[in-house]
Amino acid sequence: MSFLPYAVVVWLFVVGLYGIVTSHNFVHLTVCLTVVQSSTYVLLLAVGYRDDATAPVFTALSTAHKAVDPVVHALTFIDVIVEAVVAALLLAIAVQVHKRFGTLDPDECHPMRG
Amino acid sequence: MNALVPLAVAIPIVAGAAVAATTTFHWRRPVEVVATTVAVCVTALAAALVVQSSGGWIVYWFANWRPHHNVALGIDFAVDPFGAGIAALAAFLVALSFVYGWHYFDELGQTLFHALTLIFLAAMVGFALTGDLFNLFVFFELATVPAIVLTGYMNEERGPLQGEMNFAVTNTLGAFLVLTGIGLLYARTGALNLAQIGEALAGKGTDGLVVTAFALLVAGFFVKAAVVPFHFWLADAYAVAPAPVCVLFSGIMSELGLYAVARVYWTSFSGAFGAHEEALRAVFLGAGVVTALVGAVMALQQRNLKRLLAFATIAHIGLFLMGIGLLDAKALAGAGVWVVGDGLVRGALFMCVGILVQRFGDVDDVDLRGLGRAVPFTGVLFVLGALALATLPPFGSFVGKALVEGAALDKGYTWVPAVILVVSALVGGAVLRAAGVVFLGLGAPVQEAGSRDEAEPEDEAGEPIGVERGRVPRFMLVSPALLLACALALGLLPDLSSWAFHAAQRFEDRAAYAAAVLHDTRPPSATLQHVGATWSDVLLSLGAVAGAFAVAATDLFRERVPAIFRSRAQRLRQVALGAATASHSGHVGDYVTWLTFGAAAFGAAFAFALS
Repeated sequence: MSFLPYAVVVWLFVVGLYGIVTSHNFVHLTVCLTVVQSSTYVLLLAVGYRDDATAPVFTALSTAHKAVDPVVHALTFIDVIVEAVVAALLLAIAVQVHKRFGTLDPDECHPMRG
Repeated sequence: MNALVPLAVAIPIVAGAAVAATTTFHWRRPVEVVATTVAVCVTALAAALVVQSSGGWIVYWFANWRPHHNVALGIDFAVDPFGAGIAALAAFLVALSFVYGWHYFDELGQTLFHALTLIFLAAMVGFALTGDLFNLFVFFELATVPAIVLTGYMNEERGPLQGEMNFAVTNTLGAFLVLTGIGLLYARTGALNLAQIGEALAGKGTDGLVVTAFALLVAGFFVKAAVVPFHFWLADAYAVAPAPVCVLFSGIMSELGLYAVARVYWTSFSGAFGAHEEALRAVFLGAGVVTALVGAVMALQQRNLKRLLAFATIAHIGLFLMGIGLLDAKALAGAGVWVVGDGLVRGALFMCVGILVQRFGDVDDVDLRGLGRAVPFTGVLFVLGALALATLPPFGSFVGKALVEGAALDKGYTWVPAVILVVSALVGGAVLRAAGVVFLGLGAPVQEAGSRDEAEPEDEAGEPIGVERGRVPRFMLVSPALLLACALALGLLPDLSSWAFHAAQRFEDRAAYAAAVLHDTRPPSATLQHVGATWSDVLLSLGAVAGAFAVAATDLFRERVPAIFRSRAQRLRQVALGAATASHSGHVGDYVTWLTFGAAAFGAAFAFALS
């Protein structure tokens, strides 16, 4: 098991954050948020990975067989659901923003400050 | 009793789904009755759990998957008086906001509000009761999503969209921080159950991975709690959310973030970090003081009543964090009582503001100057709420504050009561000042306000201001009056302090928690130790109330203050505010930059404290 997946995790998290901070478009911003979230998928899957192991399906195999950790798969799965909900919500807001302001740039719709 | 535990989550979820399924039929009144009944039932259930669990944890394993050989196979709810108390507060606020909202959404005529709020309630209750770390994350997200939608519920206006967006992005990032922390912890311990993680980490000492995981979890939950510098989204979201929603946000949602930090720390990390308590205390207290002061100073500057109460919330979150951060049973007990007492009061204040919005269509105190005379009873409630925020005895907030101060003095932190005094006085004063302007027409009129406009541009007000939009039903006053009455009754409960102290000692006992969850052993019953407020606590609180009046008076009668003093104060104020208001830009990118900075700062602080 190498450090590569963890390096990918850090990279995805940081590059996604950078995208959000510098974003000039709400749709772009939503996609950047999903990039940040992808880092959590990679982290969870990397945590459960074992060398020379199979998928944790024991119907055809004996339980003595080496398998990767199924718990993290369940976590990732729930994570994907959460992400889908949040992304849908953000895109819906983006549609509303576009209707109301005629732009998707967060710099150009500033009804309040302070 | 045990089998009833999951019902506290299941009932509102099922009811919420059912209401959502029937929205197209526009059955408004029946839905309102059902939703209110459900919330009242959950309140009763949670209150029963508070009483039941005071003898020891009530542990419920879903589908009866019990732990084997110290390994938690299933997912559990572990109920203690603190968690159940938080759940009861949430359900109670939801019930009253339903009653209050009876007339609030008349124009919309939708029942979606009830569906979303019921799901929100279910998530908050689950968050408070669960004993599983990943479950905590799921409920965190499940609470965030309806909250985001509720923020923009009145999205005919322009402001809500921005507040909603900031809320959604920052809170989702907070959730990712939590999830990353969970992933790291799972990698180390192979467990998701809080008790099992605690057992795996105890006595092993700290290393980089555990500290990083802890920092990520804390930073993620602090985003929810709106601790400085994660607090920016809160003011934007509260300012645009409808009043019945603000009641829930301010009364309970922010506190949940702090609750999660306390829960995770004492069940999972206290065994490993025990040797570094003193340094950890410094980090938490520091964050608490900064949050409290920033919130209080910003609150003083707000003219939008909802933003004012939003910053008051942030200030009080800082005070609660100080209570928790003292890492002491007595202080934790105080913070717990204070959260409940204060949540009720802030709920009532938001309801009063909602009545003003309903009646006059505006939330700006300058535009509302003197108009509040038409609703005197609302004014009385508002002022009472302000005094309760300033911890006037015998409100519940006073009892909590006295405990925190007592604990701080026991530990030798003599400056903590001073900070609490100053912050309570500033926040109470800010609210009293607004009350003076709105309900009595005090203070210098328009011109003075004009100069302050530059520092803080106004919201877009779509409706004509000051025109009465119809009478507000008396009915709407019932909810805030009831909330304040409950806050008062809480403070008058006999032996509340001693009982909360007892519950807090148990909350902090990691070994007993692990034994109860993993081995099903009941903790030995301890004798109730008597703690309570002293006369010096009463004096301090009265000092805070007097300070609040002084702050409000200096602001309202500014022109009568000697000129030299005034110009000095003005300059000081501008310097302090220039920086503060500039950072509250309303731009989501800026907020995320602050979030990143904050997470890094907390990470560094914990690394330093725990090495």
